[in-house]
Amino acid sequence: MTVDFNSPSRRSVLGVGGAVLAAPFIVTGTARAAPKSLTLLNVSYDPTRELYKDINAAYSDYWKGKTGQTLNINQSHGGSGKQARAVIDGLPADVVTLALAYDIDEIAQRARLLPANWQSRLPNNSSPYTSTIVFLTRKGNPWKIRDWGDLIKPGIGVITPNPKTSGGARWNYLAAWAWAQKKGGSPAAAKDYVAKLFKHVPVLDTGARGATTTFAQRGIGDVLLAWENEAFLAIEEFGPKFDIVYPSLSILAEPPVALLDKNVDRHNSRDAARGYLNFLFSPLAQDLIGKNHYRPRNAAAVAKWSKQFKDIPLVTVDGAFGGWQKAQKTHFADGGLFDAIYKP
Amino acid sequence: MTTARTWRWREPSILPGFGLSLGLTLAWLAAIVLIPLTALVLRPWELGVAGVWHTLTEPRVLASLRLSFGASALAALVNAPLGLLVAWVLVRYRFPGRRLLDACIDLPFALPTAVAGIALTAIYAPTGPLGGLFAKVGIKTAYSPIGVFIALLFIGLPFVVRSVQPVLQDLDREVEEAAETLGATNYQRVMQVVLPALMPALLTGSGLAFARAVGEYGSVIFIAGNMPMVSEIAPLLIVIKLEQYDYAGAAAVGLAMLGISFGALLIVNVVQSAIARRGAA
Repeated sequence: MTVDFNSPSRRSVLGVGGAVLAAPFIVTGTARAAPKSLTLLNVSYDPTRELYKDINAAYSDYWKGKTGQTLNINQSHGGSGKQARAVIDGLPADVVTLALAYDIDEIAQRARLLPANWQSRLPNNSSPYTSTIVFLTRKGNPWKIRDWGDLIKPGIGVITPNPKTSGGARWNYLAAWAWAQKKGGSPAAAKDYVAKLFKHVPVLDTGARGATTTFAQRGIGDVLLAWENEAFLAIEEFGPKFDIVYPSLSILAEPPVALLDKNVDRHNSRDAARGYLNFLFSPLAQDLIGKNHYRPRNAAAVAKWSKQFKDIPLVTVDGAFGGWQKAQKTHFADGGLFDAIYKP
Repeated sequence: MTTARTWRWREPSILPGFGLSLGLTLAWLAAIVLIPLTALVLRPWELGVAGVWHTLTEPRVLASLRLSFGASALAALVNAPLGLLVAWVLVRYRFPGRRLLDACIDLPFALPTAVAGIALTAIYAPTGPLGGLFAKVGIKTAYSPIGVFIALLFIGLPFVVRSVQPVLQDLDREVEEAAETLGATNYQRVMQVVLPALMPALLTGSGLAFARAVGEYGSVIFIAGNMPMVSEIAPLLIVIKLEQYDYAGAAAVGLAMLGISFGALLIVNVVQSAIARRGAA
């Protein structure tokens, strides 16, 4: 075979290759000269896709009006723990919006991308909204599941993801524990109940979306322990095939947000990123939060959207479990109480 | 090329460029295989020898290793005769739709494993068409170790078929005909003429299927049910450990898998070359 190095096709290939190689430098060059556009990366947990799609569009408009700068906000979603690990391993997130404070604590501790007191830098413990854990049953609630105690009746199949891999599942587990501890009066009673509960779980998915799919599409199990917003979304997505059941007691989930100082300084994106997080607490974003079935903080948004939620007693992780660090260590670390459930 | 050599390379080819190609090979292998594996081998020891031992002897880790290697070995053992049969039919018979069937064999290679897992789960779940049939006779297919086995069968089959097929194609029909003229029965022809010639390829294919199955993650986690001690595969346990920021523990399980897989493949290679030698003699 012979190759003619001067053939037009050969030259055009080299030309394209050269352009591809040069492209990153050109982009950097213009960005330095006049920051006409900026890209932010928000690394979030599993069920927030729809919420941040709305919020990103609103914030880009707001930012463009304020500064004239075009803002592209990229989203990454996955299990909360997995996302935190990706950031620790170098995913260049400007902000993180995760399912629980423990995961952001880990980023602060292990990668030192933000100070340890990150949670006090924004209002409401840095949580722009709250949510809770509810039950999703089949239409008409054929097994008459009303409360946590009904979940361990004979024959009931309970779907929840694995607390080891899913932030939402940790909230599920802690809500169940809190109810049983209140009912039985002791941690031993709670341990006994939670062990029985997980004997009713036929499939342990790795994330909240996977568990919803198992329950809604595969038709496995009689009740799904789910994020409140995910339960509403399942009904919107799959039609009125399910009922939402509020137990007598659940947990106040406060998914926090944080700015990654080292990353925004590297990207020259601090102002836009800080503005983004502050924007989450603004009336406009709070309204979108309520629309997406999360519980807003802002009074006007609460008044508008809280009719969809039922008011039930909610325990907090700080109050009932002594904070996330302690809860993680006692319940979910290797050799913790969750592992003991499956000990032969 | 006149320098005196203290040791001799086997003269590989009359073409020049041996030094360059060997250098490139080593650099490439180092970058793609050896350096990442070295990182894996070095990582667990921050736990100390006792810590690594403790991690690997946890009942849950042992159960997952047993499941991963047990189900993979079983799937490879079942895929060996069935893959051989498929290859035989595709090579030796002509029938309508043969080419289409032949192309289908590669689908498990091409399909994203998550897609395969979701499809298999939909079919083998108690609510699915096949899973429902099994459920009627009291067998739980998806969300049990059987589900793991089914997924591993699926991804392993093309390795066996594609290893055996070309050898079978090149097998000289005259040898079989000669055996027949010498009075060999059908059974003798298969057992003493055809199978020995196919054995090295069959072993390679099964070994590859086994190795691939041990590391399979994407398709299995959808169908397995992922219950600790029952249907939790070792690769999932590694992911779980990583998500608890237990990098060293995850690397320890990874290292154990690497060691066992390497041992198993080594045995397959030794047996295979022994058979090849006997065949050549």
